[in-house]
Amino acid sequence: MKLDDLLAMWRIRALEEKIRDLRLEGSIVGSVHLSNGQESVAVAACSQLRPVDAVYATYRGHGWAVARGVPPREIFAELLGRVTGVNGGRGGSAHFSAPQHGFHGENSIVGAGAPIAVGAALAGRFDGSGRIALTVFGDGAMNQGAVAEAMNFAAAFSLGVVFVCENNRYSELTPIDDMVAQPDLSRRATALGIPAVRVDGNDLAQVRTATRLAVESAAAGRGPSFVEAHTQRIVGHYIGDAEQYRPAGELERDLELEPIARLTRELLAEGVPTEAVARCEERARAEMDAAADAALADPLTDPATAKDHLYA
Amino acid sequence: MPEIVKLNVGGAVNAALARALEEMPETLLYGEDVAKPGGVFGVSRGLHKRFGDRVFDTPISETAMLGAAVGAASFGRRPIVEIMWIDFSLVAFDQIVNQAANVRYVSAGRTGAPLTIRTQQGSAPGSCAQHSQNLEALLLHVPGIRVAMPRTPQDSYDLLLSAVACDDPTVVIENRTLYAGPKDAVEVGGPVRPIGGHRQLRSGADATVVVWGAVTTKVLDAVDRLEAEGTSVDVLEMVWLNPFDWDAVLDSVGRTGRLLVVHEAARTGGFGAEVVARIAESGVALRSAPRRVALDDSRIPSAPQLAAALLPQTADVESALRSLVAGGAE
Repeated sequence: MKLDDLLAMWRIRALEEKIRDLRLEGSIVGSVHLSNGQESVAVAACSQLRPVDAVYATYRGHGWAVARGVPPREIFAELLGRVTGVNGGRGGSAHFSAPQHGFHGENSIVGAGAPIAVGAALAGRFDGSGRIALTVFGDGAMNQGAVAEAMNFAAAFSLGVVFVCENNRYSELTPIDDMVAQPDLSRRATALGIPAVRVDGNDLAQVRTATRLAVESAAAGRGPSFVEAHTQRIVGHYIGDAEQYRPAGELERDLELEPIARLTRELLAEGVPTEAVARCEERARAEMDAAADAALADPLTDPATAKDHLYA
Repeated sequence: MPEIVKLNVGGAVNAALARALEEMPETLLYGEDVAKPGGVFGVSRGLHKRFGDRVFDTPISETAMLGAAVGAASFGRRPIVEIMWIDFSLVAFDQIVNQAANVRYVSAGRTGAPLTIRTQQGSAPGSCAQHSQNLEALLLHVPGIRVAMPRTPQDSYDLLLSAVACDDPTVVIENRTLYAGPKDAVEVGGPVRPIGGHRQLRSGADATVVVWGAVTTKVLDAVDRLEAEGTSVDVLEMVWLNPFDWDAVLDSVGRTGRLLVVHEAARTGGFGAEVVARIAESGVALRSAPRRVALDDSRIPSAPQLAAALLPQTADVESALRSLVAGGAE
């Protein structure tokens, strides 16, 4: 089980690092936001969802897509503008979606996915699917009106929404603590009548438990819940971010805290053979290398189709 | 079975909403004060009682309302959301422009947002600056959003049903000064037509007037004055602004050689500029320079006499038409 978790997190890390390489060599162009260091939240939260449930992520959403089961080759192809991409290159790094995998899209507007997730839950109330929606956003999104409106709307109508705030301490390049007077972000949810919990996002078990309770509550018709998962990103906000805002020594501490390092230490301490632990990383990297190679060999999406899908 | 009933615009909207809710179980109707109060203009009166939970009141949270519509629509619901004043849509423009308009395109058609936004705009005496704007050009600048602007009871009924049936996000812009207007014979229960098209209100050879919205009535008054003097004018009311019936406009201007565009929205960047530009690009032979009558680029004052000085009046249309027809009248 724990080795499965490690493999799942390595898959995300290896995908992100491969994307970084492709971006730096110029095969992928544009703005790319990686989730290195935050893998545990996606892996643990998605482990509690059913296929019918809907995930709404942000531009830092590659890991959530992988955790939902979106094939890495289709993600690479999407970022590479290939016809085999999940959206044929129309979505790109920050805006792809794969509803067939319960991944209803990233979003490049901070906080904008939260009200849309509320709508997915609203539909679930009427269509008999039992669907609940999970929307994940960062600490910075807590200062967006859209998130406040979405939380109140869901609370007022007892809609089955799980609000997950990945608090990685930075609103893009600015410390969240400098942007709020009340650092306990979960109190915003509590104030709206939404049960809220703060967890160590690097601890898979804590995230799993919090998400499971939230999903159960939503599915039972008891309305939304809020999970604030404390995490850290161990890379820049975007590829190319000089990260001058980081205090000295912070990254070194975060590299100790981050979930892959943490779980690796745990497994070794429990006596799991080093080779078994190392195999997770090797296997994940091999999978991602193969997926990226396959995507690179796929044809580019035909420019003649550039206006397709604008209207029904 | 189609039947003819006497309805004003408000009644026609109510009848269309009732039919959509009746015939399309996937529809939802919600907004601020639309359910139990029946809407601030009363157009959704009785629908909550008749259709229950599918018609509900919401918090004053336009972003949540429209975001929820995007999400629900992508899961097979067909939300009809009332934005009480178009001015209020501005606080939620992200959900219209960045979200609803993008869903189908960026997902490469894997999902869509078949939602309808019902709103109303226009200047009425004393409405003040934040309840008076005509903002259709903001929406028309956004590929992916359909826009309709009905005026008559029949169009208010028909266009709303076409919008709800349409699989694209569609904004139906009504005009509150028309809701309580005179009743007219409206055919209800007929086939729901696809979106698009225009209304040919007058036919003539000397000039083409392209117009939309409540100001159409002023255009007809002006045109009728000129008709009495022997000038005949083609009047095209563009009840659908996206899709826009370019062929009809090109055809008419090709015949008359003269174009006047009239809208209540501001002149600069107004959609009239697009109409004039397309005519210019088409190379159609013109007998005189095209003209526009529009809001004289300004904020809208509260005092009626101040607003009237800025907004298009019948006399402005008449004067523009006279000079248009005088130009190249050899």
